[in-house]
Order: sequence, then C-alpha cells, then structure tokens
Amino acid sequence: MNSDPKLERIAKGNALALCATGTWTASFAPVLERMVADAEKLAGTPQSIFIDVSEVAKLDTFGAWLIERLRRSLTKGPVEAQIAGLSANYSSLVDEVRRVRATAVVDGGTVTITGMLEQIGRAVAGVGGTVAGLVDMLGAVLAAGFRVLIHPRSFRLTSTVHHMEQVCWRAVPIIVLITFLIGCIIAQQGIFHFRRFGADIFVVDMLGVLVLREIGVLLVAIMVAGRSGSAYTAELGSMKMREEIDALRTMGFDPIEVLVLPRMMALVLALPILAFLGAMAALYGGGLVAWLYGGVEPEAFLLRLRDAISIDHFIVGIVKAPVMAAVIGIVACVEGLAVQGSAESLGQHTTASVVKGIFFVIVMDGVFAIFFASIGM
Amino acid sequence: MAGEAQRETSDPIIRVRDITVQFGATRVLDGLNLDVKRGEILGFVGPSGAGKSVLTRTIIGLVPKVAGSIEVFGVDLDSSNTAQRRNVERRWGVLFQQGALFSSLTVRQNIQFPMREYLRVSQRLMDEITMAKLTMVGLKPEVAERFPSELSGGMIKRVALARALSLDPDLVFLDEPTSGLDPIGAGDFDDLVRTLQRTLGLTVFMVTHDLDSLYTACDRIAVLGNGKIIAAGSIADMQASQHPWLRQYFHGKRARAVMT
Repeated sequence: MNSDPKLERIAKGNALALCATGTWTASFAPVLERMVADAEKLAGTPQSIFIDVSEVAKLDTFGAWLIERLRRSLTKGPVEAQIAGLSANYSSLVDEVRRVRATAVVDGGTVTITGMLEQIGRAVAGVGGTVAGLVDMLGAVLAAGFRVLIHPRSFRLTSTVHHMEQVCWRAVPIIVLITFLIGCIIAQQGIFHFRRFGADIFVVDMLGVLVLREIGVLLVAIMVAGRSGSAYTAELGSMKMREEIDALRTMGFDPIEVLVLPRMMALVLALPILAFLGAMAALYGGGLVAWLYGGVEPEAFLLRLRDAISIDHFIVGIVKAPVMAAVIGIVACVEGLAVQGSAESLGQHTTASVVKGIFFVIVMDGVFAIFFASIGM
Repeated sequence: MAGEAQRETSDPIIRVRDITVQFGATRVLDGLNLDVKRGEILGFVGPSGAGKSVLTRTIIGLVPKVAGSIEVFGVDLDSSNTAQRRNVERRWGVLFQQGALFSSLTVRQNIQFPMREYLRVSQRLMDEITMAKLTMVGLKPEVAERFPSELSGGMIKRVALARALSLDPDLVFLDEPTSGLDPIGAGDFDDLVRTLQRTLGLTVFMVTHDLDSLYTACDRIAVLGNGKIIAAGSIADMQASQHPWLRQYFHGKRARAVMT
C-alpha cells in the first residue's frame, strides 16, 4: 500500500504541469522535501501551472503542507498555481493547510559577545537582588514572629512539631553516623602524623577543639542545608506552582506566618540539637579510634580532653548553630517562593537553595571566627 | 488495495476483551468488552469514579490489567514486541486531562517533540508543520514561543491537542477535553474535534462528562457502570434506555436544558 512518492513534470504545451503520485506522508518527508525543492526551480514563465494530485495514494498534514508550499512558491510570478484532481477525502485537509500563514519562526538566540556581556552584567546585578531578597524575607519572618508574640494563639504549634520531626528527629541517624565517621577519620589522621613526633596524645586536644568549635556545627549545617533546605524549597516551590500559596493569601492567611515561620522555628531549634549530637558522636568516634588504633586508653582520653577543652569551646560552637539555621531557612524559603510555573524552574531553585545555603553558612562561619578571635574566646 | 480498505473499515480499531483491572481489593473494571470502529467519535461516559480514565489508561498501557486482552490496530498489545508496540504508539495521540505539556519547553518545542523523536524531518518543515497544527487547533502563531505556564486553560487544551496530533495519528484519546472550559470554548472544542476528525480521518476515543459534547460531537456513546459497559449505541438508544442511571443522566434537569 505504501509506494514511494514521485513528482514528475508532464509536458502540456505552454503550461507547467506536475504530477504527484505515491504516498505523501510524514515517513517520506525527507524525500518529499527534496523533490519539492527541485520542482520549485522549474518556475520559468508558463501560462498556467497545475499540480495534479489525483494519483496520490495517501496524504497527511506533512504531504498536504509540502504540496501547498510548492503551490505557493510556484505562484511567485504573475500566474497562480492550481491544485487539480483533489479527491473529496483530502480536499478539507488541503483547505485547512491553505489557511496557514507561513510566519518566519524566530531563531532561538544566537550567541553574541554583547549578549554574553549582558548575561554577566545581569548575573552581577542579580547578586544584589539576592541579598535584598534575603533581607526582605528576614524582615518578613521577624515581623510575623512579633505578630505571633503578641497573639500567641496564632502560632502554628502542630506544624512546627511536624517540621521538627522531619528536620530533627528523622535526621538524627544520618547526622550521627556521618559525624561519627568524621571523628574517626580526624583521630586516625592525627595519630598517624603526630606519632612521628611522639605526640600521639595531642590528638585529643586537636579532636576536642576542632569538633566542638568548627567541624561539628559546620558539617551538620552543611548536611541540613542539603537535606532540609532543599526539601523546604521543593515543598514551597510546588505549592507556589499549584497556586496553593495564592489560595492561602485569598483566605486571609499570611503565607509567611503559616508556611515559613513554623519551618524557620523548627530549623532554628533543630540545628543546635543536631550540632550537639553530631559533636558527641564525633568525639565518641575519635575516642574509639584513639583507643583501638592509637592505644590511648579511654580514661586517659577523657582526662586529657578535660584539660584540653573548656566550656568556651562548646559555647563558641553551639552559638553559631541557630544563626546558621536561620540563614539556611531564609535562603530555602526565598528560593521556594521564587519558583515559576515550570518543573525546570523548581529544579533550578532547589539547586540554588542548597548552593547558596552552604555558601552563606561558610561565610557566617568565617564572620564568627573573626568575631570570637577579637573577643578572645 | 480495495479489499484491504474494505477490511480496515469493518475491523474495529480498538478491541477490548474481558478486561479486569484491580487496585488492591477494589475491582475497578470487571470483564469489560468494548469495540471502537474506525473513523468514529466514541463518547465514553459514566458516573465519577466509575473507571473511565482507568480504562483509557489501561488501553494506552499506563495501568496494568489483571486479565483480558487489548488489540489496537489489530496488534495485541500483550504479545507484541517492542518494535510493534512503538509502531502502534506512533499512530495514536493522547490528550491528558490536565494537558500534560512539558513545562520546561515552549509550545513549539512541545509540538515538535514527537516529530524530533520519530521522524527525520528538516527544522524548516517542522516549524511550518507546527504552525499548521496551531492553525488547525485555532491558535495564533504568536503562541508558539510561549511556555505552558503562560497559557490559559483553554489554550493548554488546544496546544495539548496539537501535540497529540503532531504525528498525524489515526487514533486520538481525549480525556475530558472540555472540562474546565467555558461553554463557548467547550462548544468550539467540540466543533474542532469534529472538523479534525473529518479532515484527518481520525478515530476519536473521548472520555467526557459534557452532555453538549455527546449531542454535538459523538457518533456513538458507551456507558460504563459497575466495571462493565452497560450500554453502547447512538444518542437515541441512550435516551430510550431504561437503565436507571442512564434515565437520570439523559432525562435529568441538565439534559433537558441541552435538548431544548
């Protein structure tokens, strides 16, 4: 039933007559396009032009359009090309195609130097926008917080507890496991290198200070940014896409109060708890390796640890946790509420949430280091 | 060739036999039989939750069935190999209830997606065919560069129909095409389906709740109830039926409003 399509010129006095035969469908499109392009060159100055389609066995939109394209390009001169021998089955299809206005399709962006410069400029200007967005959100969250302080009944306790379970309780196993392993690795590396100087025991000092001041909280914050920050962005983003946030607003609820504040509260409470658990797990892991690998007895380890660290080290670490949590939460919520209608946009903002969250956590850590160094803690 | 054409017109394009679909302990479809004839517009109705969408999704292969057989274009979908199945999938188009346009692609890219995958066609021809399809479904060419999130509900349905039609299928499944459209828009859509069916020689399987669509667009109506087809036939057959649900559906207040 499928026969190769052909387009032949038949002599007909002064007229230009073309006869189309065979199957004019999408599967033969490349052949058809070539034939039509060849036929278009035949213009000349005939008195009349006919395209005979009575022998076409099968026609679809692709075939019909190509015949129409041929008709249009042959009509360029003073004579209008005619389509002849159209069967009743296909006449409505050809009529339909004839209505199509051939519009030049805009070519999707060519890369130019000015275009690239413009993109760089926009990206730089976007940094200012990001910071403004974060400050804006911080202000909105604080304002919502004060409103809740004045009317404590409007605080969403159930929601906060639910998010506490998600970001704190359910995160405990993975956080404890990873910080435990990091503690083990720090101790092992410390012992391996300190042994050359016969200073094995100093590994306890290093472990204690490093874990309590820096690694414990920083590592946990980075993991929370990856685990919970991304979840917040995806949740708020898909709610934005499905107009759920608009629905809240029309019912007279403030999305910041209903959605953002409970999430922020949960995160601000969760991160110090997780940081404490993480620090303990890392110390435990480090102590275990010091005992099994370095031969430091647990009693000696604890005694040394008591001398090496003070409560200051612990405070320096744990004070940072709620601030980092606030930064992660604000970044995640800003990104979530910035999601536009498409799935791609949701993906981009979730990525941005994690990347920016981790970046700001590290920046905050640096700021704290300078601060504590200058007050001598 | 004449003989082949004869056979094709008499053979049903979809033949569903003894289909049973179960979700957990609930049996949604229970030994259902249905034929869809070539070139007809079949309206598929039934109470909410009766399993209309489930049957559509079972035929397309998105929902697994417990028992029964489905033949589309004479190919048994269970015993077919990948190449045969591909070939069948190329010849049908599906319009999902929510449109299911790819949100990260423009309208033009959405319509060209199946062409790019299945055909070896130049970009110029694809662009021109896209414009032709947009014109056919009654949209302006300017819409082509927009993203789905920038379209209205009615436009999304039309673009989704254009995508379903992009490979010139022989069969299209429409899942509630007029739901969420205003009555005028819905009426236009019915006319559009009718016109396209005539122009392109389509077979249309249309799940609908819209009485107007049943009266104006459909050649035949099948009614789903209790997991089976309880009636199938013309609109006159439906009105004459004594089945209680059918009586309520076709003689209720809304139905009388449509008929007058």
